Amino acid sequence: MRIIIVGNSKEVYHLSRLFISKGYSITIINRKKEECVWLSRHLKALVILGDGSDPQILEEVEASKADAILAITSNDQDNLAICQLGSLRFNVPRTLALVNDPDNESIFKKLGITAISTTRILSSLIEQSTDFEEITNLTPVGEGKINVTEITLSKTSSVIGRSLQEINLPESSLIASILRGDKVIIPRGGTVLEKGDRLVVITLPDNHGLVLKKLSDSSV
Amino acid sequence: MLKAKKSYVVIVGCGRLGSFLANSLSREGYSVVVIDKSEEAFEALTAEYSGFRIEGNATEAAVLRQAKIDKADIVIATTHDDNLNLMVAQVAMEIFNVKKVIARVFDPKRERIYKEIGIDTVCPTIISGNAFLRTILNQETLSE
Repeated sequence: MRIIIVGNSKEVYHLSRLFISKGYSITIINRKKEECVWLSRHLKALVILGDGSDPQILEEVEASKADAILAITSNDQDNLAICQLGSLRFNVPRTLALVNDPDNESIFKKLGITAISTTRILSSLIEQSTDFEEITNLTPVGEGKINVTEITLSKTSSVIGRSLQEINLPESSLIASILRGDKVIIPRGGTVLEKGDRLVVITLPDNHGLVLKKLSDSSV
Repeated sequence: MLKAKKSYVVIVGCGRLGSFLANSLSREGYSVVVIDKSEEAFEALTAEYSGFRIEGNATEAAVLRQAKIDKADIVIATTHDDNLNLMVAQVAMEIFNVKKVIARVFDPKRERIYKEIGIDTVCPTIISGNAFLRTILNQETLSE
């Protein structure tokens, strides 16, 4: 696997080290001379000094032979240009852009470029881990439009001993499955919840908080 | 007398080119909004300018929304950053459905690629290059 990474030295360094340890061949493009010198001393990678959004530089690193381009500079506009050039001009099969403004995640997608926002990932991680300890967000689906969450029912939860029909979850939410010990249950309206049940819950961002509160609250 | 309602123009970048366009279009009766990342840039706007000024980074959709870009008839991206101009142009076209979008792109290689995907661009390098060439070649023909 050949990967081209464009970005500042710190982020590029750790990412490259990870990829190199997996046996990938890495090409780094960086605008600063000192950073390039440092990177080439510390990594077994091809380091090129230049602007990664310059078609000529991409030509020089033989971008058309790369399997992926990662654009992780601190400028969203540069990351977009790098990925667009990579896919339009050099037919790189996979491009990924980092976005600093979380709003650009969906904008880039509409422009045909896959983007990730570390800000959004971090903020959702922090929200989840501080709210409830028994809750792990498994995965946000569709740019965070759907949440799949796992929650363990503690003994204080008021829904224990009640059926799904009785607890009456908000609209547009679903208990998709229950892990009870080693058993997996796909619940129906009559299924009664027990202490220690691990529920996989599907929610929307609008009702996410409400559903989790309902399932973990002792007073409802 | 002003004619019927003139177009609404959003200009990104208030440097020499951006401020020139803003002053001229405002004088002609267009409603104009200028966006620039630094407030000092707005000092280049003259008394003729009667539009709005927004300080902010045009790569943020929130800033573009503040400029009511979805209502714009024309968007012109004039900053010194080719990639920024190209991004703003695409966002204006694809996300906010602006009919007429023009981006300044200095790098001729980049200009060609983005022209192919349907972005209206102006490349000052090619324009001034051609002007120089014309002058030089004319001179040569005259002296021959």
